[in-house]
Amino acid sequence: MTKVEAIIQPSKLDAVKDALLAIGIDGMTVIEARGHGRQKGHTEFYRGREYSVDLLPKLKLELVVADERVEEVVKAMADAARTGKIGDGKIFLSRIDDAIRIRNDERGPSAL
Amino acid sequence: MRSAYLGVLLGAVLAAGCPFAAAQAVAPVASPVAVGNNAQAERIAQLEASVADAKSSADNAWMLICSALVLMMTGPGLALFYGGLVRKKNVLSVMMQSFSMMALITVVWGIILYSLAFSGGNFFIGGLHHMFLRGVGAAPDAAYSATIPLQTFMVYQLMFAIITPALITGAFAERMKFSAMAVFLVLWSIVVYAPMAHMVWGKGGLLNATLGGRIPTLDFAGGTVVHITSGVSALVCALYLGKRVGYPREPMPPHSVVLSFIGACMLWVGWFGFNAGSALSAGALATSAFVATQFAAAAAVIGWGSAEWVHHGKPSALGAISGAVAGLVAITPAAGFVGPMAAMLIGLMAGVFCFLMVSKVKSLFGYDDTLDAFGVHGAGGTLGALLTGIFASRAINPIFKDAGGHALAVGVIDGNYRQLWNQAIGVAMAWTLAIGGTLIILFAVDKLIGLRVPVEHETEGLDVTQHGEEGYYWETSAR
Repeated sequence: MTKVEAIIQPSKLDAVKDALLAIGIDGMTVIEARGHGRQKGHTEFYRGREYSVDLLPKLKLELVVADERVEEVVKAMADAARTGKIGDGKIFLSRIDDAIRIRNDERGPSAL
Repeated sequence: MRSAYLGVLLGAVLAAGCPFAAAQAVAPVASPVAVGNNAQAERIAQLEASVADAKSSADNAWMLICSALVLMMTGPGLALFYGGLVRKKNVLSVMMQSFSMMALITVVWGIILYSLAFSGGNFFIGGLHHMFLRGVGAAPDAAYSATIPLQTFMVYQLMFAIITPALITGAFAERMKFSAMAVFLVLWSIVVYAPMAHMVWGKGGLLNATLGGRIPTLDFAGGTVVHITSGVSALVCALYLGKRVGYPREPMPPHSVVLSFIGACMLWVGWFGFNAGSALSAGALATSAFVATQFAAAAAVIGWGSAEWVHHGKPSALGAISGAVAGLVAITPAAGFVGPMAAMLIGLMAGVFCFLMVSKVKSLFGYDDTLDAFGVHGAGGTLGALLTGIFASRAINPIFKDAGGHALAVGVIDGNYRQLWNQAIGVAMAWTLAIGGTLIILFAVDKLIGLRVPVEHETEGLDVTQHGEEGYYWETSAR
């Protein structure tokens, strides 16, 4: 099982959710985050003082999928989240040791 | 044991004061009528009394509303305006500082402050005649206003005495101990506010333009008494207390410009009570002051907003509301003396001037006047007081009359160049009293209690460390 972590622009959440739903993936966690890569922030002014805001609002999606479906999921998410500009985000993949369904103690890929 | 003795002493003092507070109602005296028909004379006397009563009712209703409006300026106007400008962890502490003035100053006002400001005394300070509000009842005092109860005048002036020290809290926000602030501001109101109010508005005051002071300073609603004293004292506090931890490197933007916006709008509306109410009657002068207030505020928004647009490329909401406040401050001394066009000019100048004070001068000298109490009130009040000397006109308010009752020149535009000099003296006295009084009290309170909170408390936030509360309890997960 593979954990898929995607950092995306907040405005792309609906598109990514719809894309995942369309391929039958319906479990995910959404976290509000702040961050930046190479994307520059902006400056704000309050009473003549300048503040540079370089931690921008982002959304992080986390989902765990069966290994056979990883490439399909990554493609669906990236295509939906892409604008072509700097700041689109990143997707990270990592190994998951196990998954447990709390309701009935089910383990393994069938718990996903 | 000692505190019990003090409690008994305080109780005895208050009990002794109570009989003096009993109000004495006095019916208006009917004017004498030519000898003739007795019944007709009696009817005319009754009619005159009714007319006087009606005028009194109108003025009194207006003044009571104005008193409520001015109180609203402090709570929640100023509390919101200042509250939004500080970091989230300090929002309650700032609101408590303003709110506590509503409580503390009221009590001190009733006991001694009103008397020190408005009873007869000498050129500098009043006496103890009205201590515990003795003699302050339904009967008017013609020296102040012949148509409203003295009690109305007293409670109206109280609202000014409340907001003036509250303004100073903007300078030492986010780092001063609540206890030290309370002691400091109560002492300040006695040492700085009462004398200044007495000199400008009180019987026998040196600067009183209405009651024949030797150096008549035109100050309609408190440019010197309220804004210069508080603004300059704020600067002294900012310098004495020193900068906040992390200032100016660390970014400390306002946590809610929305709250400040709401507060500023309440200040604008409330200011009609502040300025127009200073006419102490519901007539044409109140209208004139009301109108001048509106035009000055509007022009100042445009002044500050334009300066900011040119300078930073965008007009900000915080800049717009700050501009409004700056214009309202500047028109405060001038409101009942200038026409709407002059008011617009005063407002426009104040908007630009205060913008420069806050964005340029403050960073140039590096003092941490946290909420720009000096930059807006001290500077704006000084500018407004001086411009009053220029633009005040007998066409608006013939405040100076000769022995024959003819209106004399008031300001420079009337031809009275001397008035600008008198204004400068009044301004200088306000500055001097504010600086001297504030330094002495700050030093004393610092030695006795200590002024600043410890560094760890400042970092954690004053809401939790000084008041045991959080302004917004949103941090827990949904239940």
